Amino acid sequence: MKLQTILATKGTKVFTIRPEQQVKEAINMLVEHNIGALVVVDEDSRPIGIISERDVIHVAAHNDKVLAQMIGEVMTKKLITCTAHDDIHAVAQTMTDRRIRHLPIVEDGKLVGILSIGDVVKAQLQEYQGTIHNLQTQAQADPDK
Amino acid sequence: MTQPGTETYPLRVAIIGSGPAAFYAADHLLKQPGLVVNVDMFDRLPTPYGLVRAGVAPDHQKIKSVTKIFDHVAANPCFRFFGLVEYGKDISLDDLEQHYHQILFATGAQTDRRMGIPGEDLIGSHAATSFVAWYNGHPDFRDYEFDLTQERVAVVGVGNVAMDVARILSLTPAELAATDIADYALEALSKSRVKEVYLLGRRGPAQAAFTNPEIKELGDLAGAEVHILPEEAELDPLSKADLEASKDRTTIKKVEIIQSYAHEKPRTKPRTLYLRFLVSPVELIGNAAGHVTALRLVKNVLYATEAGTLSPKPTDHFEELPVGMVFRSVGYRGVALPGIPFNERWGVILNQKGRVLDPDTQQPLTGIYTSGWIKRGPSGVIGTNKPDSVETVACMLEDLAQGAYIHTAQHPEDRIEQLVRTRQPHYVSYADWKQLDAAELSQGQVQGRPRVKYTSVAEMLKALGR
Ligand SMILES: Cc1cc2nc3c(=O)[nH]c(=O)nc-3n(C[C@H](O)[C@H](O)[C@H](O)COP(=O)(O)OP(=O)(O)OC[C@H]3O[C@@H](n4cnc5c(N)ncnc54)[C@H](O)[C@@H]3O)c2cc1C
Ligand SMILES: NC(=O)c1ccc[n+]([C@@H]2O[C@H](COP(=O)([O-])OP(=O)(O)OC[C@H]3O[C@@H](n4cnc5c(N)ncnc54)[C@H](OP(=O)(O)O)[C@@H]3O)[C@@H](O)[C@H]2O)c1
Repeated sequence: MKLQTILATKGTKVFTIRPEQQVKEAINMLVEHNIGALVVVDEDSRPIGIISERDVIHVAAHNDKVLAQMIGEVMTKKLITCTAHDDIHAVAQTMTDRRIRHLPIVEDGKLVGILSIGDVVKAQLQEYQGTIHNLQTQAQADPDK
Repeated sequence: MTQPGTETYPLRVAIIGSGPAAFYAADHLLKQPGLVVNVDMFDRLPTPYGLVRAGVAPDHQKIKSVTKIFDHVAANPCFRFFGLVEYGKDISLDDLEQHYHQILFATGAQTDRRMGIPGEDLIGSHAATSFVAWYNGHPDFRDYEFDLTQERVAVVGVGNVAMDVARILSLTPAELAATDIADYALEALSKSRVKEVYLLGRRGPAQAAFTNPEIKELGDLAGAEVHILPEEAELDPLSKADLEASKDRTTIKKVEIIQSYAHEKPRTKPRTLYLRFLVSPVELIGNAAGHVTALRLVKNVLYATEAGTLSPKPTDHFEELPVGMVFRSVGYRGVALPGIPFNERWGVILNQKGRVLDPDTQQPLTGIYTSGWIKRGPSGVIGTNKPDSVETVACMLEDLAQGAYIHTAQHPEDRIEQLVRTRQPHYVSYADWKQLDAAELSQGQVQGRPRVKYTSVAEMLKALGR
């Protein structure tokens, strides 16, 4: 299964923020849209970083002026991206191994979505439930059982 | 205005399509405690069940018993079926919005993906989707022709559909005769001269999309042997490292099954299925008459993407595989429906968790929903559509509670049946379908087969005395 299956039911809107905006604005957006991370983009809408709830909390732990700081100072700059053609299982492994909770999804250099670990778990669960449901159906049809 | 969903004012829901996604959604809606709901299901075909009838392989009868669950749903007095009624032709969004509070599109993926290489339109180059629909007796495909005098056939892709195609091409006449394959296909395939089938995977054994029971089944065929080159069965270093790290039992098992075919055995069966890995077709080669004669392949190597997927990269090694017929089995694709926003990039209805979105505002369109393959794309088994439809129905119930549904006029009398009758006088009800079903089953009993399918709409209508 490819990430495309996940992206297909997420609409096309991706919430982004600019590096010169303040952390306060990021927090407002995270809360307003009930999301865990925002992709930080440059003037050409190319992803250059990501800012998550966790990033904010980590900075806030030893800096109580975090709200007024610029996103560019706080964001994770070492950005790993994925594409819609990536395999869900491989990406799940990478996210677990590297403790990443959000990945920007890029097509032809353009940001097309953001993937959360919750999306991945949900898709895997759905695949698993589907297999179980099929097995149950087949077992009930089996005259030997 | 009172909220629909009560004895005196039932919620009216239209479902377009009657495949697994449609039935699981209907089931979940009809099971809601305290909610009175009338479900009308429409399909462009006279027969229900979608790909369970027109996709699932005829030799896989056990999984088809899922239709018992669907029949149980249809037996609910609050359920109606309108077969032979096509959305976009016989009935429009405007019609539906005048009669229903909520409309759910579950129309599946109606076409195929192309490979995008030269020669794809040569004679003898087909979409697996057409072959599958043909052998399963889909009325739109019964007149297709496949040249089964060819001895060598390639199937591009190694998903479960490719497995189905390769298996159907390899079954003996006796094996085929024990299935509900369409009569004309049974006849054509029984005379087939196909000797060699090449299954072409662009990545390695560890990335093959088929599932373990399906690849194992190929080894149990009466009339065909599976063969794989030992060097192509061997994992490349990246796949090996990946598998050692993940210890994924299903993939380890898959690789073991594939490697068990690598041992050279004397050929005793009339047909051979060649499993190939790390090759991509780059061109279909034809003769002067425009017939496929060969497939040009490039050898691939794997590289890891940033996110960890092992992807194919072409090398400069090419080979020519002489074949007289090619089936591309590289996936299905959804088709846009009139008046419904479509997400071209993924070939699905534009949606969020099943709520259809306005492309401009990205806000939900009131009362319009989707589930199944047209919602998430052409992937997943029958059972996967259940949680998928449950997610959509949860959105429908949430919106209903918020008052966000189509505020149709409250007319007590039922006008939809009247409307359908004017648009499609021959529409097929569930009772009609059960009559056709009984006739197919009894014809099957006579021939010692699970069923003998009607394969044309005219035949079906005649059987119904129309
Ligand atoms: C070849 C093949 C073999 C498969 N084998 C298996 C298997 O063995 N086991 C398994 O678990 N899964 C199998 N699957 C997967 C399974 O079939 C799908 O997961 C499932 O059918 C998708 O359900 P759906 O309801 O979204 O679409 P579909 O089953 O495609 O149903 C869509 C329905 O909508 C109708 N429709 C389309 N357009 C319109 C319109 N405009 N107006 C009215 N009606 C319309 C169609 O006629 C069809 O009946 C197979 C798939 C394929 C392609
Ligand atoms: N028995 C069953 O349970 C059964 C039977 C049939 C279908 N189904 C289900 O129905 C769904 C659809 O099946 P499917 O087989 O159509 O799709 P699929 O599982 O997505 O497989 C598609 C195959 O085509 C390959 N491919 C894609 N583009 C290609 C290209 N350009 N060149 C070469 N190869 C290419 C893919 O390789 P990559 O992986 O490299 O992209 C993959 O091997 C699946 O979920 C399947 O499990 C189930």
